Amino acid sequence: MAVRVVIDVAPMEAPPASTRAGVLGAVGLALLRSRKAMFGVAMLAFFSLVAVLAPVIAPYDPHALQFDPILGPSAQHLLGTTSFGQDIFSQLVWSTRQSLVLAIVAGLVATLISVIVGVSAAYLGGLWDHVLNLFTDVFLVIPTLPLMIVVAAYAGSGGVAVLIAVIVLTGWSYGARQLRSQALSLRNREFLEAARVRGERSPYIIVFEVLPNMTSLIVAIFLGAALYAVLAAAGLQFIGLGDPNDLSWGTMLYWAQANGALLAGSPIWVLAPGICIALLGAAFALLNYAFDELSNPALRPVRRKKA
Amino acid sequence: MSYLVRRLEFFFITLWAALTINFILPRVMPGNPAQAMLVRYHGRVSPQTIHTLEVALGLNNHQPIFQQYLQYLGNTLTGNFGTSVTFFPSSVGDIVKQGLPWTLGLVGMSTVIAFALGTVIGMLSAWRRGGFLDAILPPVFIVTSAFPYFWLGLIVLLVLSLTLGWFPLGFAYDITGSIELSWSFVGQVISHGFLPALTIVITSIGGWILTMRNTMITTLAEDYVKMARAKGLSPVRIMFMYAGRNAILPNLTGFAMSLGFVISGAILVEIVFNYPGLGFTLLQAVHSEDFALMQTLFLMITLAVLIAVLAADILTAWLDPRTREAS
Amino acid sequence: MIATAPLLEVNDLCVDYVTEKGAVRAVDRVSLSVAPGEFLGIVGESGCGKSTLLYAIARLLGPPAEIASGSIRFRGDDMVTMGEDDLRHIRWQNYSLVMQSAMNALNPVMTIGAQLSDAILAHQRLPQRAVLARSEEVMRLVGIDPVHLKSFPHQLSGGMRQRSMIAMALVFTPELVIMDEPTSALDVVAQRSLMLQIKELQRKIGFAAIFVTHDMSLVSHFSDRLAVMYAGQVMEIGPTHTVFGEPRHPYSLGLLSSFPSIKGERLPLQGIPGTPPDLAHPPSGCRFHPRCPKVMSHCRTIEPRFHEREGVQVRCHLYADGD
Repeated sequence: MAVRVVIDVAPMEAPPASTRAGVLGAVGLALLRSRKAMFGVAMLAFFSLVAVLAPVIAPYDPHALQFDPILGPSAQHLLGTTSFGQDIFSQLVWSTRQSLVLAIVAGLVATLISVIVGVSAAYLGGLWDHVLNLFTDVFLVIPTLPLMIVVAAYAGSGGVAVLIAVIVLTGWSYGARQLRSQALSLRNREFLEAARVRGERSPYIIVFEVLPNMTSLIVAIFLGAALYAVLAAAGLQFIGLGDPNDLSWGTMLYWAQANGALLAGSPIWVLAPGICIALLGAAFALLNYAFDELSNPALRPVRRKKA
Repeated sequence: MSYLVRRLEFFFITLWAALTINFILPRVMPGNPAQAMLVRYHGRVSPQTIHTLEVALGLNNHQPIFQQYLQYLGNTLTGNFGTSVTFFPSSVGDIVKQGLPWTLGLVGMSTVIAFALGTVIGMLSAWRRGGFLDAILPPVFIVTSAFPYFWLGLIVLLVLSLTLGWFPLGFAYDITGSIELSWSFVGQVISHGFLPALTIVITSIGGWILTMRNTMITTLAEDYVKMARAKGLSPVRIMFMYAGRNAILPNLTGFAMSLGFVISGAILVEIVFNYPGLGFTLLQAVHSEDFALMQTLFLMITLAVLIAVLAADILTAWLDPRTREAS
Repeated sequence: MIATAPLLEVNDLCVDYVTEKGAVRAVDRVSLSVAPGEFLGIVGESGCGKSTLLYAIARLLGPPAEIASGSIRFRGDDMVTMGEDDLRHIRWQNYSLVMQSAMNALNPVMTIGAQLSDAILAHQRLPQRAVLARSEEVMRLVGIDPVHLKSFPHQLSGGMRQRSMIAMALVFTPELVIMDEPTSALDVVAQRSLMLQIKELQRKIGFAAIFVTHDMSLVSHFSDRLAVMYAGQVMEIGPTHTVFGEPRHPYSLGLLSSFPSIKGERLPLQGIPGTPPDLAHPPSGCRFHPRCPKVMSHCRTIEPRFHEREGVQVRCHLYADGD
């Protein structure tokens, strides 16, 4: 009787694209096909353009108190004026800068920390993993706004730097968790085994073999962090933390609320910056979702067949 | 059982971390706010009050820092939080006790409703891929989930209260009346609480719908769902008992983990509506630099979140027989 | 010999995977039949379409896979044209399914007993006691203590899980049991023991079985008829002892000589050079021609028909003369 031998051999997994260009190129192409992604990109581009061209677009000095207060929208004042007699439209345009900067810088720093903590936890393993994990989970569970409020209140008015620090402090943990689990699963893949056998050392493996394969997740986490930063910054500035004299959509809302804009009959003062915050947030959220769909094809839109 | 033991361990470690953060922060921040606070309070409040504050915050600088820490821990765990500057001469403990039921009621109920509703909608939208729910809702809710909680609150206030006059402007009940156990009071609570609850539900439901939809889609591809179809079970039974029961498990964990974020948004909603819960009180504490009250509120809010997380963990253990085994 | 009407008759079945880039045909004009009580084995490499064929027959395909054309006659009715409601009536009662991995095929949050009673109650309104009695009976049939009805899948061993899946499949003593590599997830010893048990049950209860596997040697000991699939098509089909003992199609021959024999002289392992084709662009003419050691010039252009030899149908030009 013949010895039974299984016929098919599972093919060796093709090593995934380890060149940055290859991965980014494929990602870029796929994004172009997604309506959600294109909308998000368009929005981001729009705001970036406004931020850069602020001096050109804004008709007046945003701080100038020279106009009549609480004017409705008109040809001279597209969105009317505030209780102090400032042009709302100019303020809105100039505020784009700080709001955008806050979102992107805080998002980037938070993502950086997430990557360092998450990937280290996966690679160092053992006690380090346990400790870092616990550290991450603790920061994840502690309610963010109260923590931010307490820290910002103690720090006094430090402006944008304090805001960024506080947002990063509370925002890095979410990404670290996801990155750790992906790094763990990648750690056991065969192409890494091959690299180890070749004699490559751990830092090399981490930077050149593992990270490029996590690019899609890292970008998704950045987008999530940026979204969180937009909302957190707005929230903190709304209650008066940070420097209320800064020009930002959140501070505009602070002054609007402090002067009872809703009741005083100038709702645009409240609506306009809020819409901008929502749009910027939506841009990041849509891009984030598009990235989710990218990494998990099962989530892509399905055209329903009439059975 | 070891699963629950681990979760309890986590509960206490995080609680300890929150306590320690409260202790370290004022000492670490530039300008040493703790000392500055005491200096500022001199002349404003009686020496006894200063002393109770020192004791509550463990700020007795005549002792080595570790001893201050222990004293602080002892005080906090026995409920001695000090005296409030904002609401002088009430103790911090009393203020917290006043605000707690409002926050638990509003935020607690809204979050549970949003989670339950969102999970069901997410499940249905994944079940009929390409159907109405699946095509329209996800993009819509991605956008609404990006709305700042407080801004939506302002809009809701503007439209439904100021413009249409359907609901009152804020607070938890009619200020001219009094707190009593009567139907009129209950009616007031509901009508005053409706708008803030609506705001919280609208902004947070998007997240639950999307995550449930995603896990459901993955679960529907599992072999046991195919097997259930092969057995000829009714689609409703498959959707709930086979797919839904399994899809909800990671969501429960996700729900627990994101509670911190949801509570934050709810706090902002309280502020917009002047709802007298812990969040609104926190704001008042910040504005009057009432550090004792601020710290305690932070602690209370963290404790509330931790308890909710533990509850979600217990629920997970009940729903998933695999976690009950010793790992 | 009295010819009995076949229990299952598949005619020219085509199954496509519809993607944005167009349709890929995974099963191409497959025809086969299964008589009552007959054990049919289907073998082939990974990706040859055998699992797709199986799930098509069980009418369990989901998007993007769909039946493009052909018929599947089960007890006289064409299942392809049947609606889901009609299908649900015959599901499990007349034909059932056994999957590869019981760990994946069993709902992790329900007890075995609950899943069994689900299956029973979906088709018959029986009182609790009757459901329990039947559940215990069918568990004993496969050699599992009924106390495990209260267990969850993760609490059972691999072999027990697999057998409880078979117990579930037999709860209505169906006429046809479709099995998708039910032994692949087990170790060698458990595999043989499970196969023996399946064969024993078949003798006792009398169901017909379609058994899909990549392990030709295993199935050849237990099947009555054997079909060899390649690239979505059936290449050879006939009585097992003929197909296995004297494989005619060059692919079947290649499969058999891929593993060594314990007895006899030591021969070099042959294997089959090359790789299975991309079904989006299958080779012209005979699909096996790029890898065939006996390829002829017209194999590249003309697709071979079936030719019969000793009760075996072979899809190969080598057997064209003598028809």
